[in-house]
Amino acid sequence: MQSIATQRGRNRLTQTFSRASSPAWLSWLLVVVLVLTVGWLAISYPTQFLTGLIVGSLYAIAALGLTMIYSITKVPHFAHGDAMMLSAFVTFFALTGVVLGSSRGDVQFRFSTNQLPGASETIWKFSFGYGFLLAMLVSAVVATVLFLAINRYVYRPLQIRGAGVALIAVASLGVAIAMRGFILMIWGASPRGYSTGVRQTVDFWRFPRIVADQIFILIVAATLAAVVSWYLYRTRSGKAMRAMSDNADLARLSGIVVAEVNRLTWKIGGVLIVVAGSLLALQAQLSADLGFVLLLPIFASAILGGVGSPHGALVGGLIVGVVSEVTVGMGIVEPGYKIAVAFAVMIVVIIFRPWGIFGVKV
Amino acid sequence: MNDTASPLLVADHVVSGYGAVHILKGVSISVSAGEVVTIIGPNGAGKSTLLRAILGLLPVFGGSVKFEGIDITALSTEQRILGGIGFVPQTSNVFPSLTVRENLEMGGYTIEENLEDRVSWVLELFPVLEARLGERAGRLSGGQRQMVAIGRALMLEPSMMVLDEPSASLSPQMSETVFDRIQEINRLGTAVLLVEQDARHALAISHRGYVLAGGENRLEGPAADLLDREDVRKLYLGG
Repeated sequence: MQSIATQRGRNRLTQTFSRASSPAWLSWLLVVVLVLTVGWLAISYPTQFLTGLIVGSLYAIAALGLTMIYSITKVPHFAHGDAMMLSAFVTFFALTGVVLGSSRGDVQFRFSTNQLPGASETIWKFSFGYGFLLAMLVSAVVATVLFLAINRYVYRPLQIRGAGVALIAVASLGVAIAMRGFILMIWGASPRGYSTGVRQTVDFWRFPRIVADQIFILIVAATLAAVVSWYLYRTRSGKAMRAMSDNADLARLSGIVVAEVNRLTWKIGGVLIVVAGSLLALQAQLSADLGFVLLLPIFASAILGGVGSPHGALVGGLIVGVVSEVTVGMGIVEPGYKIAVAFAVMIVVIIFRPWGIFGVKV
Repeated sequence: MNDTASPLLVADHVVSGYGAVHILKGVSISVSAGEVVTIIGPNGAGKSTLLRAILGLLPVFGGSVKFEGIDITALSTEQRILGGIGFVPQTSNVFPSLTVRENLEMGGYTIEENLEDRVSWVLELFPVLEARLGERAGRLSGGQRQMVAIGRALMLEPSMMVLDEPSASLSPQMSETVFDRIQEINRLGTAVLLVEQDARHALAISHRGYVLAGGENRLEGPAADLLDREDVRKLYLGG
């Protein structure tokens, strides 16, 4: 009798705790507030809203890779911003063949994707031709190999020796510094850009005028988000990734070969970071120190959306991007402080939902 | 009860633990094909540690573990699972953000063909899960989670199921259902190795039992004999 009573008491306690820790109404309230806010911002500040969407979609792609890498491989990848910048520079190199020469002037290699026949002829109203797309492909291969190598020779050995998250985080900071140093050594400190051509704009009815390249960014970001989402939720290896994210030990106990899933995650993370970095370079100048600046909003996006949640990373990225731009447009903050507002939003959200908007409290 | 059955699992003088702390100090057990074997003992006896060592989740510092005659001491957990050992941990035994169907699919991750047939077979064993296939496992009750966990482990048709306290935190009714299912699984030909706090119930469905204390073997024998022993009843079965 006593054990039954104890069991009942335990069950009641569990139910009470579950109710207290999972306020579904709060999630819905957050969603309603978000939707209303987004609608109002889009109508009141259309230009800044659009810019925020574009910047946010880049954060979202990078945050998607970051959250996957952290939740699946358990590596807090502080080198993600610098990896984004390095991959953008590799795309730049593949596209132009330009590196810094020994006399501090630029040297151009004979082969680059833009020198292929017709490669620099612009597609539609974009500022680039197919040479840019080929360069991204080259960069994706390089980034994938690089990520696999870093995991194999830096993070994995540490994990095997029982290093905790903090130590691995410090190691990833070391990787970030090494990447930054490599960029400075090969391409120097001067800003670099992909396009020298005219950026054409496109008019859509009553919407603000938009640069054609930005349409490309939005389409690629949306497509990539949909493909990754489909992959994670519809394919066997994608489901295994989500299983690993939930519980790596249990995944191992289910016969999932954890090392294979880890490698797959790094490969996908590599492709995502190349796309994010290369698209960013379509509308911004590249520089070695931009990587660290990017790291903060990327982390904020992943945390805001819910670490481990792919959809959360996407929504988090868009929120961070839009909030950063719109608050400047509203005159609330100076452009130099715009990322602070995004962090303030992140802090407010995680006070109420420490697991983020789409994160799951188990 | 299964005197002539071949030994499926032999853990021989296993020394294991966490870091430098040796919890197991030379424990030996065996499980034969078609048997249900229960390990009982006080808290800290090393019961769960033994299961984790058998599964390769903890290092084995001394002794050996053989499964189907092959020394698996140095094999990875994944290799042991694919070799025919199914494991249901006591806690965190489902993927909470995955649906029930996805949990079962993950159990059969390496199955190339007939995955659906295996899922259907598990659902025959646990019909209550059929209506919840699309639901996140994290939202299920404790009993339903346990069924998903057992179902997941059955997906690879293991020769032996290892269960760590399957009735922990379950209502008496749900606990009864889980024990019924374990018996059913055994009747279908799968050997079962069980660690259970509800020792009386576990021994009642077992062929043999082991009593561990302080990381060492204390007693072993047919389950019915252990149930009849005055000292076992007094110490581990609540009088």
